[in-house]
Amino acid sequence: MPRSAGTLIVLLAIIGLWQGLHLLVGASSLASPVQTVSKLASLLATGEFWLNISETMRAFVAAFAISLFGGIALGIVLGVRKLAGNVAEPILTTLYSIPKVVLYPLVLLCFGLGISAKIAFGVMHGLIPITLFSMNAIRQMKPVYRRTSQVMRLTPSQNAFTVIMPAILPEIISCVRLGFSLTLLGVLIGEMFASQRGLGFLLTSAINIGQIDTIMAIALLLTVFAVTCNILMMRFDRRLTHR
Amino acid sequence: MSEKLLRVIVVVAMILLVELLCRVGVIPRMVMIAPSDMVVELGKILASGQFSADIRITFTNIAISTVLSILVGFVAGVIIYSLPSLRDAIEPLLASYYAVPTFVFYPIFITLFGVGSASIIAIAVLLAVVSMVTATLNGLDRIPRVLRKTGQIYRMSRIKTALLIELPAATPYLFTGVKLSVAYSFIGVIASEFILSGAGIGYAIAYAYNLFENGHMYALMLLVLIVVTVVNTLLNIVDRRLQMRRQR
Amino acid sequence: MSAASGAKVVPLAPQSAMAPAHARLRGVTRVFDLPKSTLHALGPVDLDLAKGEFFSVVGPSGCGKSTLLDILAGLSAPQSGTAEFEGKPIQGVPDGVGVVFQEDASFPWLNVRDNVAFGLRRAGVDPAEINRRVDYAVGFMGLKDFAASYPAQLSGGMRQRVCIARTLVMQPRLILLDEPFGALDQQTRLLMGDELLRLWRETSATILLITHALDEAAMLSDRVGVMSTRPGTFIDFVETGWEKDRDSRVVSTPHFGDITARLWEKLRVEALKIMSAGKG
Repeated sequence: MPRSAGTLIVLLAIIGLWQGLHLLVGASSLASPVQTVSKLASLLATGEFWLNISETMRAFVAAFAISLFGGIALGIVLGVRKLAGNVAEPILTTLYSIPKVVLYPLVLLCFGLGISAKIAFGVMHGLIPITLFSMNAIRQMKPVYRRTSQVMRLTPSQNAFTVIMPAILPEIISCVRLGFSLTLLGVLIGEMFASQRGLGFLLTSAINIGQIDTIMAIALLLTVFAVTCNILMMRFDRRLTHR
Repeated sequence: MSEKLLRVIVVVAMILLVELLCRVGVIPRMVMIAPSDMVVELGKILASGQFSADIRITFTNIAISTVLSILVGFVAGVIIYSLPSLRDAIEPLLASYYAVPTFVFYPIFITLFGVGSASIIAIAVLLAVVSMVTATLNGLDRIPRVLRKTGQIYRMSRIKTALLIELPAATPYLFTGVKLSVAYSFIGVIASEFILSGAGIGYAIAYAYNLFENGHMYALMLLVLIVVTVVNTLLNIVDRRLQMRRQR
Repeated sequence: MSAASGAKVVPLAPQSAMAPAHARLRGVTRVFDLPKSTLHALGPVDLDLAKGEFFSVVGPSGCGKSTLLDILAGLSAPQSGTAEFEGKPIQGVPDGVGVVFQEDASFPWLNVRDNVAFGLRRAGVDPAEINRRVDYAVGFMGLKDFAASYPAQLSGGMRQRVCIARTLVMQPRLILLDEPFGALDQQTRLLMGDELLRLWRETSATILLITHALDEAAMLSDRVGVMSTRPGTFIDFVETGWEKDRDSRVVSTPHFGDITARLWEKLRVEALKIMSAGKG
């Protein structure tokens, strides 16, 4: 398929650029693609690395679940109750545009150093965008659907489950994709400076001792993981919708 | 009751609640100082000017990253738009771009550029530029074909059409990219300063946190909050004006 | 067909009911409270719909035609006056009322068959009965070959047929249509008009059609009500006198021209008021 071929070419170009940059600045500043991959392979062979991965994943799954269910529920309520939604939206957008790092000290002081702080960071990053997206999904639902469901005299729960949810499903899936990335980012940043375990912590340690190949190996792992999940979700989205 | 009024009441009520909880001691002083104290502290540090250098550095960095992301993003967007095969190849990657935790590349920039403004601006631009590219592509996509045809009927040159018809038509969408670039630049710069830097508001907050200087820390956090709110409000006002043009 | 002597004119007062009206509106008004003013959208309106009648409403834009439909459908309550269906006051959506909207209301996540079956399934009707009725409606509306397709794969006209089929299976006694063919081209509209007449004869339902197209109203209806500008009231009722087995070919008769002329005579004045007032 020509489309994938094009993308492949771009990817190869990026790798080529990477190699070129490596040759330019030297191995101590930037590891080559080959060095990065082999470092990653050797890390994955150690049990300790997997412990860190599972630590990050535990925090991530918890944070994602909270952001997702909390955000969708809140978003639906704000979407259905127009006044509440209109009042809340600018407040939420402004809150969200505060660089969350600025609030980290507050979170640490509340939750201490540990997995709950990391989960809190993740939720801080994921909850509000998911809420806003879900709210907009409801608002943008064609008004004629609501009227149709009224004319058919559906009960509130029939309306919610057989009309509203299928109608907003595509938007919700985009929402899930977005929430996934943001929550992951939040958890990682939390680990980067406030944890003794996890991939983020490994990253910070590697920075402190200047181990560029470890830094890049972890960055590569996270990039591949995030992009793969994203592509899977996009595929799922496409299969699910007939529009 | 108008929505605006209701919103103001909600925000004021929440602040008063927090104030009350702090004064009464439900929220311990070690965790958070009362909002009124934050304001006082902010007044003090602004008057004493002890963080002026940091403040200047941070806002300079934010301004530079914003401008760079907008320019680079717009130009890149236009180029990608005009080369459809390139666009087909890049689009799947763009769609996945924000899935990548961009911050993990920060250490790499530090190794390349050292700890300082250059790395910070680099990561902020990396974070912001793609939103401008996407907004540019979206905006160019949404120019109704009929407007271009109108330009042709008037026998306008390519450049005139671009500047007098296409650019104004795309502006509401481009502005969304501008808003996002500003937001991401703020986040990118301050977060980087917080994680690893020697200067700037983010660094100052982290430093104050490490030394248990809650007063300074919250004063600076309040400063960021105020600036972000003001900037956002201004951008939203412009956005709303532009959006009204879109009504058909 | 009636002689080409012109449409019969009825007095402005509603038909006095010898048979009880199927639906009845008396002194109905509808007012909307806006942040800075109140909008007197409709009324006062008096209307009697006879059982099995095909009645059209024409009027300038913004006159409150859709509000009128909302009130009859129970989607909206009047500020004053009474609204009755089958002798009982309308509170909420009554049983036996079907609505076809102007916008495409077909559910994109269901195929044609599931769309048509939707209302019956929610109402808990027996599955065998559902299949029977859906088969009938799908066949009746000419959708048999598309039963497994999704709305996204169909044209606008087909999608409206899906919406009509979905309403048809519920066996409504009163069918309200709000400019159902507004989004379609003229030729498709004429054919869809024929479909609507077929539907009407088959179901013997009472039909109220809202349209801005005079020719559509003149061609399809037993009676046409002309509304004034906002706040809309009926300024004329025109009886067409068509036979029950009519179809779109009546457009070629002189009588059709008389009816449209009569409708336009009153409507033109109202429409001009809108035009000179700027955006409606």
